[in-house]
Amino acid sequence: MKIRIKFSKQGPVRFIGHLDVMRYFQKVMRRAGVDIRYSEGFSPHQIMSFASPLSVGLTSNGEYMDIEVNSTGSSAEMIKKINDTNVEGIKVLSYRLLLDTAKNAMSQVAAADYCVRVKDEYSSEISPDFPQNFFNFCKNEKIEIIKTTKKGERTVNLSPFIYEVKMPEPDTVFLKLSSGSTVNVKPEQLLTAFFSEKQIEYRPYVFQVEREELYADEDPEGQHRFVPLKEYGQDITDN
Amino acid sequence: MRKLALSDEILLNVQQPARYIGGEVNSVMKDPEKVDIRFAMCFPDVYEIGMSHLGIQILYDMFNRRDDVYCERVYSPWTDLDQIMRERKIPLFSIETQMPVRNFDFLGITLQYEMCYTNILQILDLSCIPLHSEERTWEDPIVIGGGPCTYNPEPIAPFFDLFYIGEGEVVYDELLDRYKEAKKQGKSRQEFLEAAAEIPGIYVPAFYDVNYKEDGTIASMVPVNSHAPAVIARQLVGDMTGACYPERPVVPFIRATQDRVVLEIMRGCIRGCRFCQAGMVYRPVRERSADELKRLAYAMLKNTGHEEISLSSLSSSDYTHLEEIVNFLIDEFDGKGVNVSLPSLRIDAFSLDVMSKVQDVKKSSLTFAPEAGSQRLRNVVNKGLTEEDILSGSAEAFRGGWNRVKLYFMLGLPTETVQDMEGIAELSEKVAEVYYDTVPKEERHGKVQVTASTSFFVPKPFTPFQWARMCTKEEFLERAAIVNRKMKEMLNKKSLRYNWHEADVTVLEGVLARGDRRVSAVIEEAYRNGALYDAWSEHFDNNIWMNAFETCGVNPDFYTVRERGLNEIFPWDFIDSGISKEFLKREWENAVNEVVTPNCRARCSGCGVRKYGSGVCFEGEDRQ
Ligand code: SF4
Repeated sequence: MKIRIKFSKQGPVRFIGHLDVMRYFQKVMRRAGVDIRYSEGFSPHQIMSFASPLSVGLTSNGEYMDIEVNSTGSSAEMIKKINDTNVEGIKVLSYRLLLDTAKNAMSQVAAADYCVRVKDEYSSEISPDFPQNFFNFCKNEKIEIIKTTKKGERTVNLSPFIYEVKMPEPDTVFLKLSSGSTVNVKPEQLLTAFFSEKQIEYRPYVFQVEREELYADEDPEGQHRFVPLKEYGQDITDN
Repeated sequence: MRKLALSDEILLNVQQPARYIGGEVNSVMKDPEKVDIRFAMCFPDVYEIGMSHLGIQILYDMFNRRDDVYCERVYSPWTDLDQIMRERKIPLFSIETQMPVRNFDFLGITLQYEMCYTNILQILDLSCIPLHSEERTWEDPIVIGGGPCTYNPEPIAPFFDLFYIGEGEVVYDELLDRYKEAKKQGKSRQEFLEAAAEIPGIYVPAFYDVNYKEDGTIASMVPVNSHAPAVIARQLVGDMTGACYPERPVVPFIRATQDRVVLEIMRGCIRGCRFCQAGMVYRPVRERSADELKRLAYAMLKNTGHEEISLSSLSSSDYTHLEEIVNFLIDEFDGKGVNVSLPSLRIDAFSLDVMSKVQDVKKSSLTFAPEAGSQRLRNVVNKGLTEEDILSGSAEAFRGGWNRVKLYFMLGLPTETVQDMEGIAELSEKVAEVYYDTVPKEERHGKVQVTASTSFFVPKPFTPFQWARMCTKEEFLERAAIVNRKMKEMLNKKSLRYNWHEADVTVLEGVLARGDRRVSAVIEEAYRNGALYDAWSEHFDNNIWMNAFETCGVNPDFYTVRERGLNEIFPWDFIDSGISKEFLKREWENAVNEVVTPNCRARCSGCGVRKYGSGVCFEGEDRQ
């Protein structure tokens, strides 16, 4: 059985890197007694894959991983079991059954939502107009960055990969960005571009970037129809 | 959410910020306002090393079982953060509550190896605690040292208020109770230290005077405070079953050196290798019961979620119920997502059988520790492993599919000759030959690979070699060159590999291991000039140390290359380790005469620890 788990990462654990989060969850599965499937061989590993790595320092309300289990309790029961052994800051939000034919989360990811805010303790290091200015910047039709690849440098316009920009609060810039294996735009890239245009030093620690959700795209060639990854699973109910 | 001591700016600019944020699974959270004693437990090395240490986990668990105590962890900040903390005057903090160490009642520092001594000064310095005991007030924590290096605490004596000699589980409760009492009654710090000095196993260095002879050796060491005893008796756990053991050890987020459940199956060793300090000072052998270990295995795997479990002891093959416990682990956990990692076992039919069950033989290697290249020198060091054992064990393993062998040796052992050194190459060659003799051509997967590694021998206190002369750096390197040359002459040289250890750091370790109080000035001077993380070869700077010896007018050769007379008073002689000096002298004599001493189970050799009334000394007897 394939299961999709959505979880949040908040507080000090934002300093735990992606590989360590993976190791952390392997131990969580054992502590919580999840009947997870193992691969064969001398050092069997759990069948577990993550949708998209989160950079150190970012918080999130929308992380995903897929696992395979031999047996399972109801969603509510499993969420409780897992959260009982979780540390402060990491919390499972949903635990849903996928169809056996479902694509894994990693290959599905096409877009991600982010919120960018200035941390209270660093508000003096930046102009109070930052949210508005950054919002305007992200609305530009041309946001060029220089990408260094093995083949050399090339200029990329990020603008077509910014699907939505808004300011839900006066202190927050919301971004829906292309994500995943095709084009992966990170908020940090936009921040870098913003500051280089303004010719001000970019200090990453000043900002709290939070990932809110990950999506698949049901209409990639046309209008885009973004569906949150958890929608591909069904809650398991008691019966 | 917990508030962190370091800002985001700093945490995003140092390597592995997870070292400093705490919040790990099973870390203990208490309200510091609601306890009487706050204890900062420190391992003076980087987090990943310190978190791997079993002893700290035992004490952390034991202290936190008390409602009136809150024990938190402290590690050495890595060099990047160290620099930032100095520049910005950020005080060193504990992992759990992220509060300054200086506000604690106790700072306990575990001393596992000599090369961490400058890191002790880093910890004190970053905590804003005066480096010297005599400069501290009640505003500072009581600084207490424990662990194997306390069997000669003298080179670091001025930096500590107290040392705890022996196994930590025993008298800490009494120490903490006396502390509470002293605080309640408004006693002075000095008065508390006096009360502490009366507890068995507690050593207060400030209460002793050391007088030296003209030749630099010690004339006498005498208590100068009426509360301080002349001799400090090492404390030990009588019965291991029922002794405190952490069922919920802390699980780090980042990969620690030991990222697994560790079961301590026994303490001590019956073998009596003459170079081995642990084998002496942890006597007598005391075993944990198999039932207790099984219970702990379930509980600890469940509570940590670790994917690996392993056994710990000085010589696991000597554990009485080894087969039972190993078979239990394999039957119960192997193939169920938990790897069973075996400690280095004596190679025989049983160990090869279990190893083939839990490891991929093609990828794993076989380990032997002959320690010396010839039977003669193995007799000198009392290492009971014979060439026959190694060759027949190898043959059996090669038949089972292994084709990699590791051999561990020491160079610079007392009485060592060129023949003994060349014996290292010859023994390696013989192992390679055994492969080609036992495994027919068509069954070989590639060449056999024999790797010989040598470390340089450092004489340690409370071993029969405490009187021995240590080699100079040049002698060490010369000996390694002899082995290397001989390796190249071997027929199967393409199958042989040889590694040797650094010589500079070994010589320094020798000074710190058998040094006296005068060496403390050198440690401080070296630290002031930038020595730190000396156990890390990329950070060790021998020049700093050599300059420090020069500045302080201390001659390192005095502590290393001098052979000590049988009547010399050693800096550590005030400690009663349980092992009698007569026994050690007898063993030193036996070594020189190449006489082997049987192990504790074959025959008791009267080392002196029988007086504790426990362990192997009483096996087979009705203990009433
Ligand atoms: S007293 Fe005898 S049996 Fe006990 S540890 Fe010493 S040598 Fe071994």
